[in-house]
Amino acid sequence: MKPHRIIALLPLVAILSACNAVVLHPSGDVAVQQRDLLLYATELMAIVIVPVAFLTILFAWHYRHTNTKARYEPEWHHSTKLEVVIWGVPVIIIIFLGMATWTTAHTLDPYRQITRIAPDQLVPPGTKPLQIEVVALDWKWLFIYPEQGIATVNDVAAPVNQPIEFRLTSSRVQNALSIPALAGQVYAMPGMETELHAVINEPGDYRGYSSRFSGAGFSKMHFTFHGKSAADFDKWVADAKATGTTLDSATYLQLAVPSEGEPVHRYANVDPELYKTILDRCVGQSPNMCLSTMRANDLKKGNGLCRPNVASN
Amino acid sequence: MSPDTPPLDPIFGRLTLDAIPYQEPILVVTFAVVALAGIFAVGALTYFRLWGYLWREWITSVDHKRIGIMYIVLAIIMLVRGFADAIMMRLQQAIAFNGSEGYLPAHHYDQIFTAHGVIMIFFVATPLIVGVMNFVIPLQIGARDVSFPYLNNLGFWLTAVAAILVNVSLFVGEFSQGGWVGEPPLTGAEASPGVGVDYYLWALQISGLGTIIGGINLLATIIKMRAPGLTFMKLPIFCWTSLCVNALIVLSFPFLTIAVTLLTLDRLFGTHFFTADFGGNPMAYVNLVWIWGHPEVYILILPALGVYSEVAAVFSGKRLFGYTSMVYATVSITVIGFVVWLHHFFTMGSGASVNGFFGLMTALIAIPTGVKVYNWLFTMYRGRVRFEVPMMWTISFMLTFLLGGLTGVLCSIPAADFQLHNSLFLVGHFHNVAIGAIVFAMMAAIDYWFPKAFGFRLEPFWGKLSVWFWTVGFFVAFLPIYVAGLSGVTRRTRVFDDPSEQNLQILFVIAAIGAFIALLGVVFFLVQLFVSIRNREALRDTTGDPWNARTLEWSTSSPPPEYNFAFTPVVHDVDAWADMKARGYSRPSEGFKPIHMPRNTATGIVASVLLLIFSFAVIWYMWLVAGVSFALLLLVLIGHTFNYNRSFHIPADVVARTESERTRLLAQQG
Ligand code: HEM
Ligand SMILES: [Cu+2]
Repeated sequence: MKPHRIIALLPLVAILSACNAVVLHPSGDVAVQQRDLLLYATELMAIVIVPVAFLTILFAWHYRHTNTKARYEPEWHHSTKLEVVIWGVPVIIIIFLGMATWTTAHTLDPYRQITRIAPDQLVPPGTKPLQIEVVALDWKWLFIYPEQGIATVNDVAAPVNQPIEFRLTSSRVQNALSIPALAGQVYAMPGMETELHAVINEPGDYRGYSSRFSGAGFSKMHFTFHGKSAADFDKWVADAKATGTTLDSATYLQLAVPSEGEPVHRYANVDPELYKTILDRCVGQSPNMCLSTMRANDLKKGNGLCRPNVASN
Repeated sequence: MSPDTPPLDPIFGRLTLDAIPYQEPILVVTFAVVALAGIFAVGALTYFRLWGYLWREWITSVDHKRIGIMYIVLAIIMLVRGFADAIMMRLQQAIAFNGSEGYLPAHHYDQIFTAHGVIMIFFVATPLIVGVMNFVIPLQIGARDVSFPYLNNLGFWLTAVAAILVNVSLFVGEFSQGGWVGEPPLTGAEASPGVGVDYYLWALQISGLGTIIGGINLLATIIKMRAPGLTFMKLPIFCWTSLCVNALIVLSFPFLTIAVTLLTLDRLFGTHFFTADFGGNPMAYVNLVWIWGHPEVYILILPALGVYSEVAAVFSGKRLFGYTSMVYATVSITVIGFVVWLHHFFTMGSGASVNGFFGLMTALIAIPTGVKVYNWLFTMYRGRVRFEVPMMWTISFMLTFLLGGLTGVLCSIPAADFQLHNSLFLVGHFHNVAIGAIVFAMMAAIDYWFPKAFGFRLEPFWGKLSVWFWTVGFFVAFLPIYVAGLSGVTRRTRVFDDPSEQNLQILFVIAAIGAFIALLGVVFFLVQLFVSIRNREALRDTTGDPWNARTLEWSTSSPPPEYNFAFTPVVHDVDAWADMKARGYSRPSEGFKPIHMPRNTATGIVASVLLLIFSFAVIWYMWLVAGVSFALLLLVLIGHTFNYNRSFHIPADVVARTESERTRLLAQQG
């Protein structure tokens, strides 16, 4: 094959491999709606882009310098009818796109409770979402299950078709929890709590990782998200329980020491206050004043100083 | 600083021999090459006795044409550095599969993507557009110079020393590893204690200052120095986009200055603006930096769109279609561009309505942008399209930009951006625009205005090759990157050690091949410059108007005399020069008067070098040096205000001689 043929084929190979890209073939209802939105917007814009691409090539060729048969009107530079089309078409497309933008900003808001499990399946009334507290550490992920009382590192699971409520924070720098098959990503930030609501529809193992650069170990800061049947999920929890280990503030501080490529491990018990103190930035014997105390001082017109022993007036 | 840090050396601060990375072979080789090239350049300048010439005619020059050219030369040199970084990243990502760590450790790789981003934005794209604006605007509006010639020179030297600072970090210490916008807490004192972030902050601070100064100058120039009759609605589109851009610069760069200053205070003096503890708020930095960052994106793209408008009209042999639409489109992009910044962090956890609002505003900006594309399209319609190199860049842009616009709109839909944000899809999008719109436009601009600047054309053969290789290279390099993004690969990834993503290696291999194809585009451009300079006699243009163009800069000689126009032109229509040609304009050949011109000054370079020394000293905590250089800097700046001898007159007979020489050349044309 001639070299330029090979070069022409390269992008094709790339495009073909898009066919099984995870964002286009997700397994959770939120991600499915995000995918549909992407495709809808693409189709909408294709209405202008395809003709414009075609006309660009056509005009450039037809009105080429050497084609003296083509009409030449050097002074023609205005046409009200054309101007109306030129402004009108994008306006109409953006109206449609804008409506989709606004509604999906609300329906797919990560803070919003999941209301449907699948396109034609609403969440049964009274369903409680599975709570998962997420802490981004340098450079691994800690998942705490407050209801089950277990915790895991770089490994997370949820039963299929049950809404999940992630609450996220971070230990030191910003990260983002990203699970494309499930629902995309949300930042995890120190001293701050964000949320992500989602549901997984198909059992399987999905890639999860940090998608906000957080330093040297960033590339290896990934984990597996398992969608499991209810029975398998219970077994997974029981396995964690069987380890007999406990995550309290002392073990947490050890865990928080920066490390790379941390293997999966699990804790049978978790200090129920741990997540709150991480979020409050005063785990264990921390010299820092808890953020909540500082805020309370500020509200009391306190001086906002950060030493616990400074009295507010 | 914690109490157990050793006391600082009074002279060298924290700078020790360990800061020189002589154990890293890549850097040692780079240093050897740079040093050899430097010695060679110094030797050549001395041998040909060019120092005096350089100093008088370029370094201290306040001529906007010379300054514009210096900006562009700086940008081309930095493009080579930025591209080298890109190739290194592409190689690393192509091999770091199946358990391989690649050849770059994190400490090195993370500096490379940061340096690449910073260099490409601040020291390639920005100097290119500022340089082109500097060269073109006064000529297009019929002015003899800019409003503030000394500030113009100072602005250039500030940008240049900031670029030097970034490159010094390569050999003394390290550069930031925190990405091109450097968001804390990652770039705070706790997570990044080294000098890398300090180099980054000072480079941005100084180049930002240079850009603001340049922006004020060009804004004033366009508003105050237009030729008689050149009302706003007759202004060439490139000047319109430049007007908007410089307004954007003046309004937005102060936000960068604030963000960078506060982060510097956090790092130097332990304030807590952006720390996670002690009541600081890192999200404030993210907002500040993007309130600047989004307008910055338009600062780079608007002049590019202006260039395409000029080129499309000239090489279609026709007036631009829909001039008024174009103006309104430009102005609305400028205004709306200020209320979209949050689309850079939909995923930071703001509420649905906030995200929705910024998503809508971003969608809104797509309308005027789309209108512009139609206008270029209908400029070709019923024209006579000449496929000269600038027009080839333009057509390539019109096709490439469609994809970049599409993917940009996708990223602006908040719900979709929860998937696309920070993925390689985003990287694909912004390179689609950075390369397909900005770089292509600047290549077109260089090709288009080169004959004006130097009096001879660029050899088209190598130029056309450059168009093809850049275009094909872009698609081969970035289509796979889009796909990798859709496959869930995030940006700034150094190694792919997750077993489930091993099948993606082929994408990165293709992307690396694409990067090499684009590299050939750069090489062919450099070859084009070299070949054209060698064949300059054959490529000589004595008409001053080689393209049969339409705007005022083509009415004067190539290169234009120092004073641009012997008589200030009077404008009657859009495309003043086309109008003058159509009405059978003849050049006046007598009645010349002395011309008042600004005098050269060394203050720009002296002040900038002092600032460079000061910032280097602060980065390394060399407080003594910092104090002395700062005091000297103040002295120089104050001293300059006492210099009243700032202008001179070019005598009428010199003007007459220059103009009659041009008359003679024009007559030779027949
Ligand atoms: C063919 C030419 C180019 C190639 C091959 C290239 C390649 C790359 C690569 C591999 C990355 C890192 C992506 C990642 O984070 O995984 C990157 C980042 C980036 N590039 Fe380029 N690039 C090119 C040209 C440009 C140009 C012309 C500009 C701007 C005018 C630019 C601006 C940036 C920026 C701002 C970043 C982000 C840096 C960061 O993550 O902080 N690049 N580029
Ligand atoms: Cu933006």
